[in-house]
Amino acid sequence: MYERKSFPHYIFVFLAPAVIIYTIFMVYPLLNSLRMSFYTVTATNQEVFAGLDNYVKLFTNSNFAPRFFGALKNNFIFFAIHMVVQNSIALMLAALISNEKRRGANFYRTVYFMPTVLSVVIIGFIWNLILNPLWGVSKSILEVANLGFLFKPWLGLPTTALPTVALISVWQFIGIPMILFYAALIAIPEELMEAATVDGATAWGVFWQIKFPLIMPTVGIVSILTFVGNFNAFDLIYTMKGANAGPDFATDIMGTFFYRTFFGQQLQLGDVSMGSTVAAMMFLIILTGVLLYTFVWQRNVQNIEM
Amino acid sequence: MQKKLFVILSALILLSLVLSACGAPATPVAEKVTITIESWRNDDLSIWQDKIIPAFEAKNPNIHVVFAPSTPAEYNGVLNTKLEGGTAGDLITCRPFDASLSLFDKGYLASLTDLPGMENFGDVAKSAWITDDGKDVFCVPMASVIHGFFYNKDMFDKYGIKEPATRDEFFAALKTLKDGGETALVMGTADQWESATMGFQNIGPVYWKGEEGRKALIAGTGKYTDAAYVQTWTDLKDWAPYLPEGYEAVKYPDAQSLFTLGKGAIYPTGSWEISTFEKDATFKLGIFPPYVEKAGDTCYISDHTDIAIGLNAGSAHPEEAKTFLTWVTSDEFAKLYANALPGFFPLSNAKVTLDDPIANEFLSWRQTCESTIRDSYQILSRGEPNLENELWRVSAAVMNLSLTPEQAAKEIQDGLDKWYKP
Repeated sequence: MYERKSFPHYIFVFLAPAVIIYTIFMVYPLLNSLRMSFYTVTATNQEVFAGLDNYVKLFTNSNFAPRFFGALKNNFIFFAIHMVVQNSIALMLAALISNEKRRGANFYRTVYFMPTVLSVVIIGFIWNLILNPLWGVSKSILEVANLGFLFKPWLGLPTTALPTVALISVWQFIGIPMILFYAALIAIPEELMEAATVDGATAWGVFWQIKFPLIMPTVGIVSILTFVGNFNAFDLIYTMKGANAGPDFATDIMGTFFYRTFFGQQLQLGDVSMGSTVAAMMFLIILTGVLLYTFVWQRNVQNIEM
Repeated sequence: MQKKLFVILSALILLSLVLSACGAPATPVAEKVTITIESWRNDDLSIWQDKIIPAFEAKNPNIHVVFAPSTPAEYNGVLNTKLEGGTAGDLITCRPFDASLSLFDKGYLASLTDLPGMENFGDVAKSAWITDDGKDVFCVPMASVIHGFFYNKDMFDKYGIKEPATRDEFFAALKTLKDGGETALVMGTADQWESATMGFQNIGPVYWKGEEGRKALIAGTGKYTDAAYVQTWTDLKDWAPYLPEGYEAVKYPDAQSLFTLGKGAIYPTGSWEISTFEKDATFKLGIFPPYVEKAGDTCYISDHTDIAIGLNAGSAHPEEAKTFLTWVTSDEFAKLYANALPGFFPLSNAKVTLDDPIANEFLSWRQTCESTIRDSYQILSRGEPNLENELWRVSAAVMNLSLTPEQAAKEIQDGLDKWYKP
């Protein structure tokens, strides 16, 4: 007799390890930090429900609002530098190394990717030394080229510190968008380019008329990865400028602002509820970006099957 | 049926695995108890490991002490997180005043009022680690540090400069050194705290008359916009031309190295540098106290009660930790500590003779000058924006010439007015 198969309950057993671990280490902390942003902690360590007070404080209080909006503005500058400099250079490099006729493409691919695998602490240390006004090499190199006037304490001036740190981050992470673009470019069938060449297209034309439209999905992925990475960024600035993100908060971004608020700094004690509020705002900003990407970009970009 | 049993069994096994991973079995009590010290003095690691801890363990063979420091700038954040998570060490190195007081109020530090040996400390020594009503002492005072200027004697001799005593002499010396092509004043502003701690709190007490000015701020009769404070920041601004090139990006260790390599003349700092400088410098070192306005004026020094040690209220070994703390109150510890770390002056009533000549010279200023502590530490650092952190920021900005002394004074006073009602 045929018996209808019952629901395979053992599936739960196989799902359990991943679900339990993910819940304990990701879902629970995230939800708990969102919860804490609605509470305040009293001097005697009692949690009291505060509604939206923390958010109002973050946006209006004269201690928090200028720091929050300053960090937000710096973060957008940080992101803009990455989008413009990192991703366009990465696209150019990918176009160069995906050309099979170019000799040594594999070698360059490895070289460009190398900084990405180094620790942020090493990167921060090396660049701090290179740009150090006392023992840095930048000054002597510039003087050899008669460009000594270009020497400045790049990391110490409020106007130049943020772009400098952003460019160091670009230098480190350029390998990732480059490899993504490279993978997309070499996946394009050779026939398309051959046909275009036969029809009289120049290399420049082939790239912009054929290759670039075909890698649009990758452009989207790279942009959203850059966005998420930049609004979560913290480590490089912390390594190079410390949690105070000096000079005068010129390099302060959301990550360092969160760290100072949550963990405290020198005599200022950490504030768990305000820290959670900042974290919740970071989460919201990133969520907005990802939603825009999913619902606006992905629906409007043609995915051409090849 | 069998299948169902299998499902239940495998679920149970999985559950037990998860549970056993969560609750590790209690370790059997070892004969030797290990207690851990949290500290920001990572520079002193070898001294604790080689000199102080062995001396204690020789007397208390059943207690093993581990000194576990983090970096100074991170210490408070790291410590608070550890205390909240219940993973902090048994003994906590205490920052002075409000930072430690709030730890006590939150129940993280135990009261040490009844600790045997506490009678070895006077009221001034205990003042930084006592509740406002004076009932509870929560840390054993260890040491204070004195601010001043180090200088390169060889370089001073070369230019025929004497130790400057007044403001004019100080700036004249800087000018002579700069004209000679030297880096006259060694300091950077990249880490920000140097500008406040080694600049503002170093030369300021002379202008605001030490304790008088500090107490006036607390009482509300003095303001940061007063002439004394603006003058202090004006001095810092005037220092700027004599600092190393690109000082805006020079960090604290860079400045230390520059000075000990003999490439700079004067280094504003405090007595805590003695051991590092004596080890690394290849020239003759000298020190002079903060300059005064006119010859013959009373000099004021910042003799800051800086470091103490307390008991984590959640310690698993409070008795052993208290044994250690009682030893910290002893004459033996004071002698050992003061001589192992010249520049950290003991606060107990013990008569300690120092072997180090520079440390003795620092100490002699207590006789010739009036002592005070850093004005941002007591009471005034309880609100937001945090006064000490703000002093770092504006002092660095004044030295970077991105704020005028008047703007700095106004920003600090405005920040204080937001929450402090005397």
